[in-house]
Amino acid sequence: MSKRGSLKKLFQLYDEILSLPHKTEVARELRDEDDLFLLLLYSDMLGIPNPAFYYTLELYPYIIEKFHDWHLRMGIEKSPLDGIRCC
Amino acid sequence: MSAIWLAVFGGIIFFFGYRFYSKFLAERIYKLDPNYVTPANRYNDGVDYVPTNKLVLWGHHFTSVAGAAPIVGPAIAVYWGWLPALLWVVLGTVFAAGVHDFGTIVLSVRNKGQSVGTLANKLIGQKAKILFLFIILLLVLMVNAVFAWVIAKLFISFPASVIAVFIQIPLAIWIGYRVYKRKGGMLLPSVIALVIMYLAAIIASYVPALQIDFVQYMGGENGTGLFGLSTTASAFFIWIIILMIYVYIASTLPVWKLLQPRDYINSHQLVVGLGILYLGLLFTNPEITAPVTNSNADTSWFPLLFITIACGAISGFHGLVSSGTTSKQLDKETDARFVGYLGAIGEGALALIAIIAVVTFFPSIDEFTATYSGFTAANGAGLGTFIQGAGQLATGLGIPAVVASTIVSVIVVSFAATTLDSSVRLMRYIIAELGLEYNIKPMTKTHVATTIAVVSSAALTLLPEGPNGFGSGGYLLWPLFGTSNQLLAGISLLLIAIWLKRQGRNYMPAFIPMVFLLFMTMWAMINQVVFVWSGARGEEANMLLFIFGAIILVFALWILLTAISALSKKDDHVS
Repeated sequence: MSKRGSLKKLFQLYDEILSLPHKTEVARELRDEDDLFLLLLYSDMLGIPNPAFYYTLELYPYIIEKFHDWHLRMGIEKSPLDGIRCC
Repeated sequence: MSAIWLAVFGGIIFFFGYRFYSKFLAERIYKLDPNYVTPANRYNDGVDYVPTNKLVLWGHHFTSVAGAAPIVGPAIAVYWGWLPALLWVVLGTVFAAGVHDFGTIVLSVRNKGQSVGTLANKLIGQKAKILFLFIILLLVLMVNAVFAWVIAKLFISFPASVIAVFIQIPLAIWIGYRVYKRKGGMLLPSVIALVIMYLAAIIASYVPALQIDFVQYMGGENGTGLFGLSTTASAFFIWIIILMIYVYIASTLPVWKLLQPRDYINSHQLVVGLGILYLGLLFTNPEITAPVTNSNADTSWFPLLFITIACGAISGFHGLVSSGTTSKQLDKETDARFVGYLGAIGEGALALIAIIAVVTFFPSIDEFTATYSGFTAANGAGLGTFIQGAGQLATGLGIPAVVASTIVSVIVVSFAATTLDSSVRLMRYIIAELGLEYNIKPMTKTHVATTIAVVSSAALTLLPEGPNGFGSGGYLLWPLFGTSNQLLAGISLLLIAIWLKRQGRNYMPAFIPMVFLLFMTMWAMINQVVFVWSGARGEEANMLLFIFGAIILVFALWILLTAISALSKKDDHVS
């Protein structure tokens, strides 16, 4: 490998080492925001009126894969929704 | 004798420790399995559990455990001469810290990445959790009070460093926000931030108008202070209040806003600092001007040496990092050797350079002895001597002494400020957890818990008359810091030993350092609590230390009994 390439790799490694904890925290913050958004999306099914129900319904296919992890994070062991049987 | 030999000696022992002893631990004791599915791979969630390259994880682990503590302890302990401090740092790292840090990672990896606290609950019982909370609460309270004083002291002694330290705050917030908004990496902006900070420090070193010096503002040493206090005491008061307000705000912000980006800049500082010191050592080739051993010590080195140097030889705090975050990010189980054992060696190398900086600073042994005239004097002078000694090593690279001292003090203050932020945050969590445990709802609220944490730390700092003058109240409890930290390490080693025994393996590599640590801690505690702090020897009784010391002593005894009973049991409920 050229000198320049290995130097670039070294910097990348150094950057990765130092930014690891920061990445974790930013990912956590973004996941918390996502969780809140998911709660808004599912609010109608959970009994909280959602005036934008028709629009949020369209997003279901995109978020269905995240549903199982989300309800586990929310402290709900089994899927709370009859329509979605993930576990 | 040239101080380079100390570095060479330490380096060789560290090399053999890693090459042979850690290999023995990995193959014969912990029996690492490259095919074991680690928690990072099993529960990969992209946030806490993320398989990470071992070099990256080692760097992260090392920067998390290295702080101001491996500098403070050795800088004081050279009072007994450089040889005892050197031997304890080097051998402690190889035979105790390495086993401990490496072992807590493996133990946690084999138990779903759970933390030492949870494992203590599982392996020893419910009471272990309360013990853990109590010890950590005491630790963080001491850290808050002492570090607030240390920062204030450095600001007063090196007023040129103030501006650089305060510039770091907006720079860190800017970097944190940038990354949050995904506007690019951190490397370049943080290097720019570091350059700005050091430029500010250099300019302020030569321009008195940029030095924030409250003592001068109040008319110098003989001027008029606040509330009838001397000007220096007033400066301490102002700085401690400012720090407490800062820490209240900093510890209630989300970690990614200030704490993490600050940590990121500090990690550069750690690399820069270590690089400058070791290169400086090579170029200046300084002579050792401290005695090999101190035969006229007013306080015996045995067993206090093993308590004074905690971080740098072995530290219970490392177990919290190993099992709290590192174990959740380990890609392969076999990486634990590299990350854990080499992480401990990194910390040992930091403690080693701290010893070298102090023992080469003075022009002659007489001057060393004059400054380190007694154990109490060594406690007060240690950190300041390290900064000046480190500054002297840096002059080998052509950096002027005044600039070098300012930059080293910026580095130390940055570390201390981040530690202060983290420990107030940790204290808040513990108070909230206690509130939850005992059903006291207000205590679970962020601002109530933070107020309790900040007010109690400020009270401990300002109210009692401390040994180093006004504002050093935290030092009253400081003799308990090393003890609590070593107790925590003892508990972690005990957990490793119990686990190894239940696996039917040789548990001696964990058991022997555990017995050594608990023996030293108990010896020191009994000596201090029963004979000194109680006033039994005719000295003045110190009730604050006596009560806290007695509680910790009871806990230590309890752990010892639990250790005996747990190690003689045969049942196994932890895999």
